[in-house]
Parts: sequence; structure tokens; C-alpha cells
Amino acid sequence: MKAAVIVFPGSNCDRDLAVAFEQAGADVTMVWHKDTALPDGIDIVGVPGGFSFGDYLRCGAIAANSPICQSLIGHAERGGYALGVCNGFQILTETGLLPGALRRNAGLKYICRTVGLKVTTADTAFTSGYGVGDVVNVPIAHHDGNYFATDEKLAQLRDEDRIAFTYEDNPNGSVADIAGVVSKNRRVLGMMPHPERAADDGHGGTDGVAMFRALMDQFATA
Amino acid sequence: MKARVYVMLKNGVLDPQGEAVRHALGSLGFDGVEGVRQGKVIELDLAEGSTEATVTEMCEKLLANTVIESYRVEMG
Repeated sequence: MKAAVIVFPGSNCDRDLAVAFEQAGADVTMVWHKDTALPDGIDIVGVPGGFSFGDYLRCGAIAANSPICQSLIGHAERGGYALGVCNGFQILTETGLLPGALRRNAGLKYICRTVGLKVTTADTAFTSGYGVGDVVNVPIAHHDGNYFATDEKLAQLRDEDRIAFTYEDNPNGSVADIAGVVSKNRRVLGMMPHPERAADDGHGGTDGVAMFRALMDQFATA
Repeated sequence: MKARVYVMLKNGVLDPQGEAVRHALGSLGFDGVEGVRQGKVIELDLAEGSTEATVTEMCEKLLANTVIESYRVEMG
């Protein structure tokens, strides 16, 4: 599996995400936001967490309009895979690759703690290592993770089985407890919790490992 | 020339910051504040001859997230 991890000014989970991919056996290239093309042969693009461009204007809005994101959109439109975590999820919604938007947390506080996530679909390359209904423990660390989608969009997400994870105990006011969603072709996942921060015994939990392993398996058999 | 863009959360989208401001006003003794919505104002200095259509395009592409926000443009 060849992965690219995008680095924006203000990204701070880029190296963690690269290490999680590497530990699953991927070959990882870091890509700068001003680059206009992804390296050749990339299977999956990681859009990391952090505070790209200082969260100016709206979280992810400026990053979504950076040169590399045009290339990311092309990659996704060609059927390429992408994983956006936290600020990466915000960026993917701002590009339009994923539906909805992330608002300020309902309690207005920045929340940093491990939460229980229920796996709501195993029918994606990201979640095939879990079972539907499994509860995994993954850290969140965000101020703007309050997912919003219109009722109509929400119904569509449900009908198409595109809600990947829901919170066991909703920390931020997200509609329908949504923590992560996938694109229509199921190849782009955005989620607020950080699987790359639950990928080593030193993190205090390894529930995120199954996601990176499942992705590796996907490309090993492809 | 100048343009001013007002960006607000759409009606029906919960505004937790506005709600916090409403509660704070209530605890200061300002009764009768039934709702507060907080938005932002963006002022643009534009070359002469710039059009409202261009500013509208800026709003659609960057200044507002039309999934959750509405915007209004004032020219001049």
C-alpha cells in the first residue's frame, strides 16, 4: 500500500498518521500543501488532524482550497481512497468530497479524551476489520466536531449505509451521534476521532490498528 | 471600492455561541432576549469596477460554507 500524508501549515497529527500507516506496512510519502500533484501510484491519501491555517475563516476552509487539494479531489474522483481525521474530516467536508459540515461543539468546549465509538458499518475498506456493533475506544481532540447534515442528507446517509461510526455517548452535539461518514463510493472516510492515536501500546489503546490493517489487506489483495 | 460580506449560520442550524451569549445576557439582567445569532462580517477592499457577482462567487467558493451558512453581500 502506498500512502501519502498531506502536511498543511498547522497540521500536528501528520507524523502520527504516517507512523500508523507505516506500522501497518505501508510505504508513506509526506506531501506539502503547495505541491500540485500527488506522487505516482498512491493508493490512499491521509488528511491529518491539526489546525491547518490556524482554523482561520472556518476549520479546514483554507486548506480545502490549497493546491494539493485539487489533486486530492482528482484522486478521489478517479476512485482513489482517502482518510481524513479530525481537521482532515473538516477539510474533506469543505472540499465537498464528504457531505455535511462540522460546527462548534454544542458545549463550546474543546474536548480531549478517549470515547467509545460504535462501528455502524463494516462494509468499507476502513472498517472491515471490525464487526457492526463493536465498540472501540478512540481519542477525540477537537473544538469543532459537531457534525451537521440536513434531514434529507441524513436519510440518504442512513439509506446508503454510509455512517461509519457513532458516539456511544455524544460528546459534541453531532446529529444522530455521527462520528464518521464515508463517501458514496465508500472510499473516502472522514472521522473526528483519531485512530492513529490508538495504534500503539504506548498510546494506552490499540483499537485503531484494525483500521490500518484492514486498509493494508485491501491493497494487498487488490 | 469596498464590499462587505455578512456570514450567518442558516436558520435551523443550532448556534451554540449565540446561545451562550443569550444566557450571558440573561445573567446580566437583560430580560427578554429571545434569541442571539452570532455571525461574521468580512470587509473586502476591491479594485474599481469589481462586481457583486464576483463577490458572490467568492462567497460560494470560500467565504461561506453554504451547507450551514448563509451570506449577504453589500457593495460600496
